[in-house]
Amino acid sequence: MQLNNKPIRQSLALATATLLAGTSMPGYSADTGDWEIDSGILYYSEDGRVSAIEPVIQLRKYLGDEEAISARLVVDSLTGSSANGARATDSPQTFTSPSGKKTYTTNANETPLDPTFRDSRVALNTQWDKPLSQTLRGVFAFNGSVEHDYTSLGISSTMAKDFNQRNTTLTAGFALSHDSIKPLGGIPVGMSAAPTSTSVSKAEEGSKDTKIVSDLLLGLTQVVGRNTLMQLNYNYGRDTGYLSDPYKLVSVMRNDDPDTLANTPYLYEKRPDSKTRNALYWKLVHQFSEDVLHLSYRYYWDDWGLSAHTIDAKYRYEFAGRHYLMPHIRYSRQYQADFYHYQLSEGDIPSYASADYRLADMSTTTLGLKYGIQTQSGSEFSVRAEVMTQQSEGNAPFPDVDANIIQLNYSMTF
Amino acid sequence: MIGLCTCLILAGCSLQGVKPWERGALAQQKMQLDPSPIDSYLDEHIYFSKEGATGGAGVGGGGCGCN
Repeated sequence: MQLNNKPIRQSLALATATLLAGTSMPGYSADTGDWEIDSGILYYSEDGRVSAIEPVIQLRKYLGDEEAISARLVVDSLTGSSANGARATDSPQTFTSPSGKKTYTTNANETPLDPTFRDSRVALNTQWDKPLSQTLRGVFAFNGSVEHDYTSLGISSTMAKDFNQRNTTLTAGFALSHDSIKPLGGIPVGMSAAPTSTSVSKAEEGSKDTKIVSDLLLGLTQVVGRNTLMQLNYNYGRDTGYLSDPYKLVSVMRNDDPDTLANTPYLYEKRPDSKTRNALYWKLVHQFSEDVLHLSYRYYWDDWGLSAHTIDAKYRYEFAGRHYLMPHIRYSRQYQADFYHYQLSEGDIPSYASADYRLADMSTTTLGLKYGIQTQSGSEFSVRAEVMTQQSEGNAPFPDVDANIIQLNYSMTF
Repeated sequence: MIGLCTCLILAGCSLQGVKPWERGALAQQKMQLDPSPIDSYLDEHIYFSKEGATGGAGVGGGGCGCN
């Protein structure tokens, strides 16, 4: 008997996969030889700052016996203004662009934003999912991305071993990437003076530098019941090389007046050339009749002194007729890096300093809603809208960053 | 970490264990640990570029000059 009805074939395939496979390999309801397209387009916009459009397309081919190959292509275009790190003052401020060929002026009492910021990025990921035995699966991946001033090449692999009648899965993974940085205008000497006119050149330490990013991950996934799954991961990471942001500045204020710029008003930031990262991650997936809760918590800490607690919850309400609505809330409270300074004081210049608010005491709150509809043939269309707010939680009075996120997704199997 | 893993393993072993024919709910796409990989990829990219903390859910997302 030949089954030409796709939904029935997929239901049988799902039932077979349910019997034969574990729970952690997604998407095996597809038949051998099937292709799957997963695509999306993201629009991200900050009030008065950066906006980005990011289309993503992923193609996946199922080869049978849980083996699959996939490729993901991402194109990222950013425009708008980006905070240069300097603080607002009660008089206008003039800066040189990263190339040193232009200047821009920020009005009094406004946070300095570099209006020359433009970037685009193309990223390609290829992945091979390969069962190595009945209880061992491997994922092998290559990542590459190119920007006008940044190139990244990386490999990664994850092995998952099932135990306990496939109710327990141990995971071990690693990733290694070699990144090259070639900033516009060269690599500035950290903590050297940033020019305020095009007639002055900055001190450079070359035109390019490199960064090595490595990660190890150990994980445990446990089936807790027919409707509940739990995961616990530990992630160790080590970054070495050039870790500063070549475009970020730190304001230097007078000793006798902390609101007035010093004679040398801006320095290029400097971060340590190594970082050790740790993250402990826990996730729960639970189904209530048809609805599903995804709840996760992460504790992050590194040897720069930065730490963060992050909680993320999504609840998928199922409606009749293959519709669903999924509210999302994410909250992250970050504690600042040791060398974060909103500003420096003349005559008291440390070895390392950054005024990048992303290293500051702050919180990020995201609220979102996603709506999805599935067709009988298995395709799915979804749209999500989110608002994200970042605000200072310490003494640094940097302004809030408010962003709106809109995303459309479409996936189909053929 | 080791203690938590041990607790989870022992908890898993002490449960009767979900049999293959009882995995109907667990096998659904919406019950996977990462049911929407495109959403996860884009979220990782946003938060990697906007926060100092990163990682935990997996490895090998690809590099970016955004942070």
